[in-house]
Amino acid sequence: MNEETHEIRLRVNGVPRAATVPARRLLSDCLRHDLGLTGTHVGCEHGVCGACTVLLDGRPVRSCLMFAVGADGHEVTTVEGLAAADGTPHPVQRAFRECHGLQCGFCTPGFLTVVAAFLEENPEPTEEQAREAIGGNLCRCTGYVNIVRAVLRAAELRRAAGRDPQAGDPAPRGPVRRQRP
Amino acid sequence: MSARMFGAPVQRTEDERLLTGRGAYLDDLGADAYAAVFVRSPHAHARVRDVDVTDALDVDGLIAVYTHEDLTGPMAEPLPLLLPHPCIVDGRTPHALAAGYVHHVGAPVAMVVARDRYLAEDAAERIAVDYEVLAPVVGIEAAVAAEHVVHAGMSDNVAAHLVQEVGDARAAIAAAPHRLELDLDIERSACTPMEGRGVYARWDEAGGSLRLYSSTQTASGVRAAVAAKLGLDVGRVEVVVPDVGGGFGVKIMHPWPEEVMVPWAARRLGHGVKWTEDRREHFIAAAHERGQRHTVRAGFDDEGRLLGLDVEILHDNGAYLPYGVIVPIVTSTQLLGPYKPGAYRVEFRSLYTTTVIVTPYRGAGRPQGVFAMERTMDAIADRLGRDRAEVREVNLIRPDEMPYDQGLLFQDGRPLVYDSGDYPRTLRMVKELIGWEGFAAERERARAEGRRIGIGLACYVEGTGPGPYEGGHVQVGTDGRVRVATGLTSQGQGHHTILAQIVADELGVAMSDVEVTTGDTRRMPYSVGTFASRGAVMSGSAVALAARKVREKALRVAADALEADPGDLEIAGGRVHVRGVPGAGMDLGTVAVLSNPLRYAFDEASRAATQFARPADHAAPPVPEGDAPGLEGTDFHSPLRSTFANGAHAVVVETDPETAEITILRYCVVHDCGRLVNPLIVEGQIHGGVAQGVAGALYERMAYDADGQLLNASFMDFLVPYASEIPPIRIAHLETPSPLNPLGVKGAGEAGVIPGAAVIASAIEDAEGFPVRSMPISPSDLFGLRRRFAAGEIPPLRRAERARGRRANETGEPDV
Repeated sequence: MNEETHEIRLRVNGVPRAATVPARRLLSDCLRHDLGLTGTHVGCEHGVCGACTVLLDGRPVRSCLMFAVGADGHEVTTVEGLAAADGTPHPVQRAFRECHGLQCGFCTPGFLTVVAAFLEENPEPTEEQAREAIGGNLCRCTGYVNIVRAVLRAAELRRAAGRDPQAGDPAPRGPVRRQRP
Repeated sequence: MSARMFGAPVQRTEDERLLTGRGAYLDDLGADAYAAVFVRSPHAHARVRDVDVTDALDVDGLIAVYTHEDLTGPMAEPLPLLLPHPCIVDGRTPHALAAGYVHHVGAPVAMVVARDRYLAEDAAERIAVDYEVLAPVVGIEAAVAAEHVVHAGMSDNVAAHLVQEVGDARAAIAAAPHRLELDLDIERSACTPMEGRGVYARWDEAGGSLRLYSSTQTASGVRAAVAAKLGLDVGRVEVVVPDVGGGFGVKIMHPWPEEVMVPWAARRLGHGVKWTEDRREHFIAAAHERGQRHTVRAGFDDEGRLLGLDVEILHDNGAYLPYGVIVPIVTSTQLLGPYKPGAYRVEFRSLYTTTVIVTPYRGAGRPQGVFAMERTMDAIADRLGRDRAEVREVNLIRPDEMPYDQGLLFQDGRPLVYDSGDYPRTLRMVKELIGWEGFAAERERARAEGRRIGIGLACYVEGTGPGPYEGGHVQVGTDGRVRVATGLTSQGQGHHTILAQIVADELGVAMSDVEVTTGDTRRMPYSVGTFASRGAVMSGSAVALAARKVREKALRVAADALEADPGDLEIAGGRVHVRGVPGAGMDLGTVAVLSNPLRYAFDEASRAATQFARPADHAAPPVPEGDAPGLEGTDFHSPLRSTFANGAHAVVVETDPETAEITILRYCVVHDCGRLVNPLIVEGQIHGGVAQGVAGALYERMAYDADGQLLNASFMDFLVPYASEIPPIRIAHLETPSPLNPLGVKGAGEAGVIPGAAVIASAIEDAEGFPVRSMPISPSDLFGLRRRFAAGEIPPLRRAERARGRRANETGEPDV
């Protein structure tokens, strides 16, 4: 049996890319294994942990819940594309380092992309809002204490850098919410 | 002299890579490798009658399918029992692939190798396994009853049985003025690191050697185990541990079935093979911990002083015993905490069940031990009508009693002797931090608003940094950069940062000039692994000792070149110079050049070391006798015993009178891990530990049904907390140095999780007025307890009764 494949073209971190993928190939696998962008991690394969979050046209999506063919014609930003073209770290990246907001680093790319998009929407969050913003991402190392600090610090750094906040829609493909059994 | 790095809250050197997507975790490697997947048992207990692979053979891209029948020699034998102990009655370990029987859901039966993961999964789906289903044994009760046995040839399910006793505990209890007995349960949970397990192997046919990458906590352990299984000299096996996405204990277990199958297949196929665990596999085929039942009998005097303590432990070790009995041994010994128990007897039985194996999870038996001891302290206080902190206070070991010998053997086979600590001060500090003394008034204010709150307290002592040893290798390059290697592995603890801090201070160089490698057997083959909070203690000490050797040599070589006395030299900012005369000296890179006499020059720096470059002493050999070329040093730290950290946690919880929802209002930690290398990192470790403690107390449990199916084997159903569940955490440090290592440090990695179940149970009990003896506790569990309490099936706490009585006297009205 040979599997039918599809040509897709997308822009990843500002660069036009193409891939030939079966219809069932997940966007996460396409980014990691077809395009070699292994910064996006897969932690649960069912949309709960958020490690695989990337920005699709600027909005956070779970790349493990999306087929690569669905990203055809879209713009994708991964953790590799957060820093400025000259290598200057994104304020969120700086803040996570300053606040010790990461330990093993596996969940971190998902947090960084989520927080980067969140601060575009809400450049001056309260602590409560910061906590809510990361409320769909799992981290097993940090207890979230320093991640919340890092969100607030990133907002400070971002304001200091004088970026204009851009209004944006809320995330269309948000985290899978679970109930207590 | 440059600023001291030891003790400073230095930002981590690991982070730049990890924040930009340049980390390299297991599944990021081996882009051209074949993918392996495993066909796993859907039954908890069964005989494998037949494995039919016919249908799988049509799958495009299939490379190979293997079953037990394909394995020969050591590969066909059971995997090793890593930690033998005389108390093990019948130590069963699994085969790499099922040899006739499966003993838990998730046991690997066949291995499929294909061109990519999707195709391998397609093929795996088409493999038909014919099982004869046998009776499952699920839970401690079924294991004890032994109506069915897990392993053929055994008459019951007891894998191990151990009694340890100091004094005559039963006689002491019988003679004591007061006695009580408690049954205390902790359910199963698991580490669940964000990255599961993974293995990638490449066979080099020309060299007859294997390169193995594994997401493991021990490179050297995997190396030795895989070499033995594959019949290779260890010198032909290199194990390299890439970035690891969390471990928390589960990745110290080795070799996993997958960890031997992948390199075996890579060698057989002459091609790279990779296996990346998925989340469901991690739940059903890795390891769990915590499931334990404790019966505690205590005898005590009017002040609450323990006179005798008798503890019986039933430990559910799952289907096999590859990691021995470390968890119940740790519970048995660490249960004593900061207290003097009087006479002590502890007995455990380790039991087979048809569930996933049990190996250490952060805390490794201590959370259960602390739960047992601290629930006992609370029960004694309640019985006597005394303050819970006061009862603890009278039982504490005093600082002037250090070192304190508990008279038992610890998990490392060495005496359980506490090296240092000020336990009364720890307790005082946590009381202040949480507001212990003012809590009665706080409770009354809350009550007036119709709110129900309670306060809890728990103390612990944690043996950290056990031997036998770790090594450090420090090398100064001719570019002046310092390369440090240690064998243990890193899973996010910031080892690269703290080891660089230590070496920078010892050698007098900038941290930015220090590069650290961990978990690579090519760089440091002698090692044990990362477990038991031993990274800073063991590898920190080892690299410090190695750096001291390098420093001594640098001074010697530079003194020779500068025609100075080594005693007059110092190293600062990467330069060796005459003390007080910064101009008179040379860079460490130049010293490295001079330390390696050369015949051939290959660049400007090396010219200075060649034979005609400078005058030589023709009476002495170019490399002095007893010396070696190069500016490098290796040393090992092998401590006499473990060093013992300690701490106390306190928490205030609110329980909703209607819904039984449990909310943590504030959580306080006093933590003494000796001298802090990096407070930023230590606090990060505490935060993460507390989060896992809260998780284990309120959210996480392994929901096995009676057939041995794990009903919540996903992150959808196993409730790892999100940010919304973790309370604010206040931390205060005490720094009592350890006398057992050159840095005075103790381990910090696990402490945060240890008192979690104990302290939260203490607070919920305090809020509710009836005892809490089983954890974790969900709102529906608490709701059920309230119903049983209302029905008179659970007795009230005596202090709740007394408080009710007091209020009734004051107001003249009965309390409702």
